[in-house]
Amino acid sequence: MMSLVENHAAILVVILPLIAAPLAMLFGNRNVAFLLSLAASAGSFLLSIYLLMLVKDGAVLAYHIGGWAPPLGIEYRVDAANALVLLIVAAISLAVLPYARTSIEKEIAEKNHTLFYACFLLCFTGLMGVTITGDAFNVFVFLEISSLSTYVLVALGAEKDRRALSAAYDYLVLGTIGATFFVIGLGLIYMATGTLNMVDLSERLASMEGNRTVRSAFAFIIIGMGLKLAIYPLHRWLPGAYTYAPSAVSAFLAATATKVAIYVVIRFMFSVFSIKFGFEQDTLKYIFFPFAVIAVFAASFIAVFQINVKRMLAYSSVAQIGYMLLGIALFSATGLSATLVHLFNHAVTKGALFLAIGAIIYQIGSPLMANMSGLGKKMPWTCAAIVVGGLSLIGVPGTVGFVSKWVLLMAALEAGLWPVSLMIVLSSLIAVVYVWKLVEILYLEPLPKDSQAREAPLSLLVPTWCLILATLWFGFAADFTVHVSDIAAQSLFDGKFGQDAIIMGTEGRS
Amino acid sequence: MAIDFDIDFILGHINYWLFVILMLTGLYIVVARGNLLKKIVGLNLFQVAVFMLYISMGKIGGGTAPILTGNPDEVYSNPLPHVLILTAIVVGIATTSLGLALIVRINESYGTIEEDEILELDHQKSQSEIIKVAKEASNDS
Amino acid sequence: MTPENLILTALALPLAACIACLIFAKQPNLRDGLTLLVSIALLGTVISILQQFQSGQVIEASWWNFNPGVAIAFKIEPLGLIFALVASSLWIATHIYGVGYMRGNNEKKHARFFACFAFAIFATMGIAFSANLLTLFLFYELLTISTYPLVAHKETPEAKAGGRTYLGILMSTSIVFLLTAIVWTYVITGTMDFTPGGILTGKTEAGFLAILLALFAFGIGKAALMPFHRWLPAAMVAPTPVSALLHAVAVVKAGVFSMLKIGVYIFGIDNLAATGASQWLMWLAAFSILAASLIAMQQDNLKRRLAYSTVSQLSYITLGVALASSMGAIGGGLHIVTHAFGKITLFMCAGAIYVATHKTEISQMRGLGKAMPFTFIAFGIGALSIIGLPPLGGSWSKWLLMVGAADAGQQVMIGVLMLSSALNVAYLLPIFARGFFDGSIKSDGDDGDDGGGDGGGDGGKSFRENLKEAPILCVLPPCLTAAGCLVLFFYAGKIEEFLAPIIMGGS
Repeated sequence: MMSLVENHAAILVVILPLIAAPLAMLFGNRNVAFLLSLAASAGSFLLSIYLLMLVKDGAVLAYHIGGWAPPLGIEYRVDAANALVLLIVAAISLAVLPYARTSIEKEIAEKNHTLFYACFLLCFTGLMGVTITGDAFNVFVFLEISSLSTYVLVALGAEKDRRALSAAYDYLVLGTIGATFFVIGLGLIYMATGTLNMVDLSERLASMEGNRTVRSAFAFIIIGMGLKLAIYPLHRWLPGAYTYAPSAVSAFLAATATKVAIYVVIRFMFSVFSIKFGFEQDTLKYIFFPFAVIAVFAASFIAVFQINVKRMLAYSSVAQIGYMLLGIALFSATGLSATLVHLFNHAVTKGALFLAIGAIIYQIGSPLMANMSGLGKKMPWTCAAIVVGGLSLIGVPGTVGFVSKWVLLMAALEAGLWPVSLMIVLSSLIAVVYVWKLVEILYLEPLPKDSQAREAPLSLLVPTWCLILATLWFGFAADFTVHVSDIAAQSLFDGKFGQDAIIMGTEGRS
Repeated sequence: MAIDFDIDFILGHINYWLFVILMLTGLYIVVARGNLLKKIVGLNLFQVAVFMLYISMGKIGGGTAPILTGNPDEVYSNPLPHVLILTAIVVGIATTSLGLALIVRINESYGTIEEDEILELDHQKSQSEIIKVAKEASNDS
Repeated sequence: MTPENLILTALALPLAACIACLIFAKQPNLRDGLTLLVSIALLGTVISILQQFQSGQVIEASWWNFNPGVAIAFKIEPLGLIFALVASSLWIATHIYGVGYMRGNNEKKHARFFACFAFAIFATMGIAFSANLLTLFLFYELLTISTYPLVAHKETPEAKAGGRTYLGILMSTSIVFLLTAIVWTYVITGTMDFTPGGILTGKTEAGFLAILLALFAFGIGKAALMPFHRWLPAAMVAPTPVSALLHAVAVVKAGVFSMLKIGVYIFGIDNLAATGASQWLMWLAAFSILAASLIAMQQDNLKRRLAYSTVSQLSYITLGVALASSMGAIGGGLHIVTHAFGKITLFMCAGAIYVATHKTEISQMRGLGKAMPFTFIAFGIGALSIIGLPPLGGSWSKWLLMVGAADAGQQVMIGVLMLSSALNVAYLLPIFARGFFDGSIKSDGDDGDDGGGDGGGDGGKSFRENLKEAPILCVLPPCLTAAGCLVLFFYAGKIEEFLAPIIMGGS
């Protein structure tokens, strides 16, 4: 049994939630649905740890679905980069689910709870699938699974605020355009190469730099994914969706959805297309780079003026995505490693922050800053979590945010780009402003006299603090994340995705 | 670079031209129309254009449906893009139905499906929040 | 105890005190007593580290691996040990004083106050024992954050504004300059360890070294080098024990200590001397010394005057580094100690005056000396030590700095130091003098209402009846530290000897 699970770990991380989703709905009982979801997430989480341990030193695993060898069959392929992302997604899901069980009580009508779990699991399935698959079209399929369920999840916030509906609709339109662009891109490279397997593609594309079809395919793919990951001018859907979605959903999306999209961009840039292509380097230099810098400054600046905390965090997310793109745009293994480290670190931090804010909203019923004055006395644990998370956003040492900043600065300075490093540190000062605005309100403003706020229930606090402790732990013992990211970045940069892989799950197949 | 306006080139790629026109029409509708329903129609056109691209791509002149007949000389169309697009069609239908469902909900709670009016209503709500906040701030001091 | 455990204990004790303060928030006597015990235990720990260190043991510890090859690491060296000794011994004094002040003054939120206080000491210990730039930076930032609630303690709009300036300047300088400098150093040298003799020697050219030094000097905002000194006066909104902590024990001392440590162990004194990269810093420090003294003279608010005096005195230590001579560096190290004792005395006296009479302006303090003789005598001793008169500790550090300037061939700097002493006399002694000699001022209209009344109409009253001191817990600590200033005069030689190894090693 054990070896069966181990052999098929690569597919099980996706299959578990996929099976659990319809089951959750069929049973129709919210407790059963919750337990099923929790079990599926926990299983995926353990398996993704297992996968990460297998590949953390540079190995590549392959799994052939149904025993069909690629390029005919669909192949799942795991290296350090996507194992890290798998772990992020599964860990966040595991942390968010117990939280959601309590938080949705006040946000979603009880009859919809099982549907919530089903959608959540589908979204989870989609994100895991996008990450693990080694087949380009499969990416699209999973992407749409996750996106469609995300639209629903966002729209579920409508019971508290009807703006969730228009936000979900915007997200649906832009997300679909993005996904369709992505498919167009896939179609074009398929036309040029006749394959959709990533390893195959990279081999065949290697000599096709001058091919215009390939170039336009690249453009379509990048813009399509750019919409999904909210590269600065394409970020319009993000603040609305994060602001009006139910708290647990905001936390889950903020921590995972954009991260997975960034992973896809990295995968296509480095493993499918070749980074040696001139047009790719130009894209990095003239598109990613300036827009990343603009994102970092503009979005942070906008965040300062928000009166809705969730919206503020959403804009901060747009800014943080800017840092990740900046890492890619530095065009070095260190820069890429910085992006991957930040992927992990930001997921933990933003997840924790959204959960903590959600706990406050659960208690006071409002996401507006003005209603949160003086809560530090009433909700000490929640507010302390917000402070730690905020410090991590700023990049104070001892938190994961610092590790990211450290690695990114190092990458910029190694590349000799000191103005960039200056911009990185300057932009984090804007983060000080918006974080401290919140901290002052929580601690130094007087509590309204008629305030009924109490500390959030444990079911909300424990998941929040799990992520906060992760924020601190990986801020000190950054060895692990930095090591994995270095390995992943190096292998991406050297195009080692296609190297001879250890093929899993062949046992018992003839 | 002199572009060779070869009529054969244009006619030979007729499927791409149609795809481009259809796709841009759809995209234009999504961007330009304020009515949410029409946006969905545009989105559908846009997606269908991509389906056409894939389907025409797999077609081989004179090829038949890829069914084994035992005749080794038979020319088949490439089935893979067709299969892929089956998946995409399913996704498209799901998206459309979800979009329509959202429109129904929006209509229920906003009373309109015109984007301008919805934006206006949302804007009013945020304004009222700001005013409320400002009032509370002035009450405190 | 093993050396590693000693360091662990030194770090864990204040942290435990912090947690205890939060747990026993509702039992003030238990909480404050426990913290006092912990502070004494901390001093004991630091002393036993000192003993082990003097017996020649290498004491180091490292815990988390941050990056491959970089860890959160601690190592005992003379400079840090002296700093830790000062901080831990003065913590006892400030704690006792703090208890007296907070209770005497009916301040609120004692638990938060003492918890943050203890946490600040924890961060200070971390800075003192840090073995590399990363650890230093970690605790440096922790110190900033943990002292912010102390500065904004009163929660009034002024306190909030002061807190914002405090956090804003310290945080932005440290993130923008210091972090960049640290990463840059790491990229250039591939190490961040504090190494005797410096790690930058021969790695870069002089011009770049000057830029890097600028990043460090401005990045360590806690050293209050002009133009990044504004946070110090802004932080004066805090309760007085905090000011004492900020100025004498933890914050500013952490700043100049870091400066000294980086100058000695990262740049290397010989390297600085050889390349001349610190010339500009010397002039800037000289400017800071004089300008801040001049500003101090104009302040009527006692705490603000002391704050500017601190800005000026801190630049002495920066100057000590910038002189790039071994005597200068040792003088700087000694000045950390002597200034700490002097300034904490002054601040505690200012606080005691406030507790007893609620006076903050110097012009209101005429004749107060007769009502509060102990406070004012302690104040006088502290002031004389800061000025640098024998037989008080301050005289030695100033002397060493002058020797250092002479060694470096910077005669102008000797002049600056002497001029500054004169300015010190001009802004510190009048306060003391006004306290006792108020004859000519008695006719002053407003004076009769608040201060002079007691002092003036003393005809038949006895000494005891005139006495209007602050509570004993507020008066005893400044007297003790004033005595400390005296004692330091005789032990300065020992400290100097102890510090001497820091500039050996490398060359």
